[in-house]
Amino acid sequence: MSTTNDDEDEDTSGRPTKAVVGSHRDEEEVFGKVYDPRIVRRIWSFVAPYRARIFLSVAAVLVFTLTQLAIPLVIRYAIDHGMAPGRIDRSIMAWTTAIFAAIILVNYGASYVQESVVGKVAENVLSDLRRAMFSHLQRVSLSFMDKTEVGRLMSRLQGDVNSMQEFLETSVMSVGDIVLLFGIVTVLLWLDFRLGLLTLSTMPALFVVRLFWLPRAKVAFMAAHETNSIANGALAEGIHGVRTVQSLERQHVNFDLYDEKVLANLRAHLRSARYAQVMVPIVDTLTGIAMATVIVVGGSMVLSHRLDVGVMVAFLFYIQRFFDPIRSLTMQYSVMQRAMASGQRISEVLDVPIEVNDREGAVALSSDTDGSVEFRNVTFGYRQNLPVLKNVSFRVNPGETVALVGPTGSGKSSSMALVHRFYDVWSGQVLVGGHDVRDLTQDSLGEQVAMVLQEPFLFSGTVLENIRYHKTGASREEVVRAAQAVGAHDFIMELPDGYGTELEQRGGNLSLGQRQLISFARALVADAKILVLDEATASIDSYTEMLIQKALIKLLEGRTGLVIAHRLATIRGADRIIVLQNGEIVESGNHAQLMQRKGLYARLYNMNYSSFDDIAADEIEKDAAVGKAT
Amino acid sequence: MHKDAKGNAPERGGSFAHVAEASWGKGVSTLIRIMRMTLRHPWQVTITIVSTFIAATLQLFIPRLLGRAIDQAQGVMAAGGGAVAEQALWTTALTLLVVSILRGLFTMAQNYYGEAVGHHTGYELRLAFYEKIQRLSFSFHDKVHTGDLITLGLLDLDGVRMFFATGVLRVVLLSVLIGVGAYLLISTDLVLGLLSLSFVPFVAWRSSVTQLRLRSTWLTLQERLSVLSRVMDENLGGIRVVRAFAAQRHELAKFDRAKRSALELANERVDIRVANTSAMNFSFLAAMGLVLWFGGQKVIAGEISVGTLAQFLTFMTILQMPVRQLGLMVNSFARASTCGTRLFELLDTELDIEDAPDAKDLVVNDGVLRFDDVGFRYDGAGGRPALSGISFEAKPGETIGIVGPPGSGKSTIAHLIPRFYDATSGAITIDGQDISKVTLRSLRKAVGIVQQDAFLFTTSIENNIAYGNPWARETRIERAAEYAQLHNYIIGLPTGYTTIVGERGASLSGGQRQRLTIARSLMLRPSVLIFDDSTAAVDAGTEQRIRAAMKRFARDRVTLIISHRLSSLMHADQILFIESGRIVERGTHEELLALGGRYHALHDLQLRPEDERAAAQGAA
Repeated sequence: MSTTNDDEDEDTSGRPTKAVVGSHRDEEEVFGKVYDPRIVRRIWSFVAPYRARIFLSVAAVLVFTLTQLAIPLVIRYAIDHGMAPGRIDRSIMAWTTAIFAAIILVNYGASYVQESVVGKVAENVLSDLRRAMFSHLQRVSLSFMDKTEVGRLMSRLQGDVNSMQEFLETSVMSVGDIVLLFGIVTVLLWLDFRLGLLTLSTMPALFVVRLFWLPRAKVAFMAAHETNSIANGALAEGIHGVRTVQSLERQHVNFDLYDEKVLANLRAHLRSARYAQVMVPIVDTLTGIAMATVIVVGGSMVLSHRLDVGVMVAFLFYIQRFFDPIRSLTMQYSVMQRAMASGQRISEVLDVPIEVNDREGAVALSSDTDGSVEFRNVTFGYRQNLPVLKNVSFRVNPGETVALVGPTGSGKSSSMALVHRFYDVWSGQVLVGGHDVRDLTQDSLGEQVAMVLQEPFLFSGTVLENIRYHKTGASREEVVRAAQAVGAHDFIMELPDGYGTELEQRGGNLSLGQRQLISFARALVADAKILVLDEATASIDSYTEMLIQKALIKLLEGRTGLVIAHRLATIRGADRIIVLQNGEIVESGNHAQLMQRKGLYARLYNMNYSSFDDIAADEIEKDAAVGKAT
Repeated sequence: MHKDAKGNAPERGGSFAHVAEASWGKGVSTLIRIMRMTLRHPWQVTITIVSTFIAATLQLFIPRLLGRAIDQAQGVMAAGGGAVAEQALWTTALTLLVVSILRGLFTMAQNYYGEAVGHHTGYELRLAFYEKIQRLSFSFHDKVHTGDLITLGLLDLDGVRMFFATGVLRVVLLSVLIGVGAYLLISTDLVLGLLSLSFVPFVAWRSSVTQLRLRSTWLTLQERLSVLSRVMDENLGGIRVVRAFAAQRHELAKFDRAKRSALELANERVDIRVANTSAMNFSFLAAMGLVLWFGGQKVIAGEISVGTLAQFLTFMTILQMPVRQLGLMVNSFARASTCGTRLFELLDTELDIEDAPDAKDLVVNDGVLRFDDVGFRYDGAGGRPALSGISFEAKPGETIGIVGPPGSGKSTIAHLIPRFYDATSGAITIDGQDISKVTLRSLRKAVGIVQQDAFLFTTSIENNIAYGNPWARETRIERAAEYAQLHNYIIGLPTGYTTIVGERGASLSGGQRQRLTIARSLMLRPSVLIFDDSTAAVDAGTEQRIRAAMKRFARDRVTLIISHRLSSLMHADQILFIESGRIVERGTHEELLALGGRYHALHDLQLRPEDERAAAQGAA
């Protein structure tokens, strides 16, 4: 085949220069300050309701730790006063055994209470925190939601909340660890001050070693974690994009790139394993040194009768548990840091101000409102000094359908959002049924203003549940009637379980047109006085398109309609057309009137585009210039 | 184990559910297969197992040394004076130190190499899994949920990877500790030996039962948590709908329901776990109390020394941890056998579309595409045929238009050409070479398909366009973008061609995404270029400009346009009207209009608005 390409084929033997697999999101700050009083107070407000239970579990931890500490002492007593050569006393043996039995019963109870209470409180706090955040997000301004990726919020709601749970559990445990640590030190010094001091001298060594080890090990652990999520991201991409990969024959390139990432992950894991394991011989050596000390020094003291043999046994017991609290305390240090960073992020979410709120004394919009919509000198924008709507005024009379038309960024969607009071205006007023929307309760406004969005968003659940999303009390008959009215009934009946068919995530098992029709039925069931509709831009096959146009007429029957129109058919069918450009109304009137004016609308219309949104900005500028010239 | 596997089956849907029905035999053969994979690293496995033996044995010496030291301190063994006794203490202490250090070193080796074996096995499995996924055909991916594949590649793979360290090694460790330990203890003193081991069976049984219960509730909990995250995810993603319908209260109620069911189970799991740990702790301490009591009697009776008693007691503390972990070991076996069975099932899936044994590279001279009585049905014999009797021929420079109602089989025709699916009857040839007899790689390089749902990768625009030819030079990438009418838009972006797009990148409109996929397909310079309804979101004007720009490009290749928009394919040299998988009308635009059939009807339907417009203009 002769190619018309003038450039030569590239050398494909080397490493591809324009290829990556998987993307990597910058990890969020994992470790924060160890202690931040503001965050601790904030989190404490969630723990406070469980205060009594927390105290109970701390008490249980203390009791548990004390019984742990007591066991070697009982053994020591039994040996020295009951069985050691020359001091045999059967009654003491019986007594100490009885005490031992009592202690382990208490130990059993305390261990049960401590873990059970703490575990459940942590689960409950986690759940409360998550709910508080979730319910707060239901009320924060949409400008925040627009700016924030859903994925980020989800990681707050899941990852961060989980690390708070971990923190709660470990912080109660660390109380136990601290008590155990000090308890062992105290008991050893009390049993024999000099031997105790000598034995304990190995302890600082571990502290010093951990101090050097921890920052380096943490880097290695983080690297393992991060390379892991990179490799997993690449795998997920490979699975999601497999059809594209195959159709473009990228398997070989991708395999090599994936191999690199997995290999990097393997290396990072091995490195972090080395860091984790290097502590093992160090701790064992220190334990060995401590035990050897007790044997040599303690042993010779026993030999010369300066020390009871039971004390020596107790020492050996304590040494075996000696390093556990140090190890877990240093680990908890990282948990603390992680929790502070998470707490910081959780507070950030909880602190997002709620900008749109029901005013005190707000009234409910009654259901017999006339359904008029009016904009009075509305100026509004998302960023300071960048108004999206500039001094816009118009009125939609009850029952009238008005089409908003204009290029992307002209302020159509913003107008629509203001009717529903997603945002508050900078100046001017938006009136619904003659009331300023700020004087109405949001719930009642929502009941009278139904919205249909460009991307018909469906929830997982059955078709039935989706159609009566707004009115959960709607009967099946109502739902079927609505579906029939918009022409969705037939295809719904063809689904495997009819109205009971479970929709996949976001209605993935339906076509765009079908989803659109279901969202129409949903709006119809809501039966609001005012319908605000953003038409879908993507073209749908002609059959569905026809259904949608018919459904639209049905939907607008007897309602006030504000439609962001993209399709010529819809635009022509409107009672009135408002043409927006750069946040200002440039023309208004019906189709015939506007065509006659030969203004921007007529020119856009004659450009023969199926949708006004597709027109490139430069063409509009050009056109506007021409318009001014004529 | 078997019961557990069965219990989990409903949690996981998809086509892999049946695997959970696996029998004991299957589970065992899976574990054997995992062991065989592990043995591909013979040196590391040997080092690990030997280290485990040595470390466990050394650990068993420690109680003996401690016991001996206690006796030496009491002068029990010292026949001579204090100096001799003290020297004996020194010897014991130094031996103990050496044993401790060695034990530490061997434990380190055991843990490190144990993990390393797992990571190496994991590495190999990940590559094998990735490769398999990339090669399995469309029909496989149609059937299996992406979520299931991801779980398989992450969680199930982990279950297999960890088997060596958490399962096999623990068996070795526990056998040495319990086996050798029991021998040492019992040979020292039968009654005390039995007493100090008395907690072992109870703890082993308790922890195994608990772990299996935790495992099965864990799967349920994951299920409930995923319901909860779906509620949150959908709510946040659809926040505008939620607000639009003022449905916050409804959503919170939904959240609370999901939350409550997850919380209840989480609390229940706390109970299961806690009941177990405190019971294990208690049984251990109770056994210790028995040893203390009976041992004390024996010491008093002079049967054993205080050192021997201390030896028993310290031995128990050493044994406590590993025995408690026995449950984890049982869990590891259960997990590895179910996860492994699922994973191997996927790895063993036969490729239904691959190179024929003697496949040659496709040689394109002219690039004539021919369909010869092609039929197709999804999933072999079942169901009604999706396509039948499809025949046509397209010469270089020609454009074929394919139109028809939704679900008529238009896209299926497109999918047969690059062999995303294999035709069930008839033959498709390019320059006389049957596409099922040439290599897939050469075929797919020759066939470019622009798909309807454009998947963009999260990387720069440049990398996305060059996806099929990542070695491409900038000039060529730009030319492709120009053809697709996207270049001007791209250079208008602040970061131009390096702008990140895709899931987490800048948002492109539907039309822009489609144009980007067009540019991407042009990069391969295919000799057959297929547009599978790929301009639906591109407006008519832009589409016209794309067509004009591509005129030169299309001159010596075959172009196939599948669309429901007649204006996209009116100009085609031949138009096929498909209905229920058959060609019902064929010809040029004019011929088909003259025919007055279905094509004509569709034409009327689509162009009516234009007439109205003309009327409106006339009126004005």
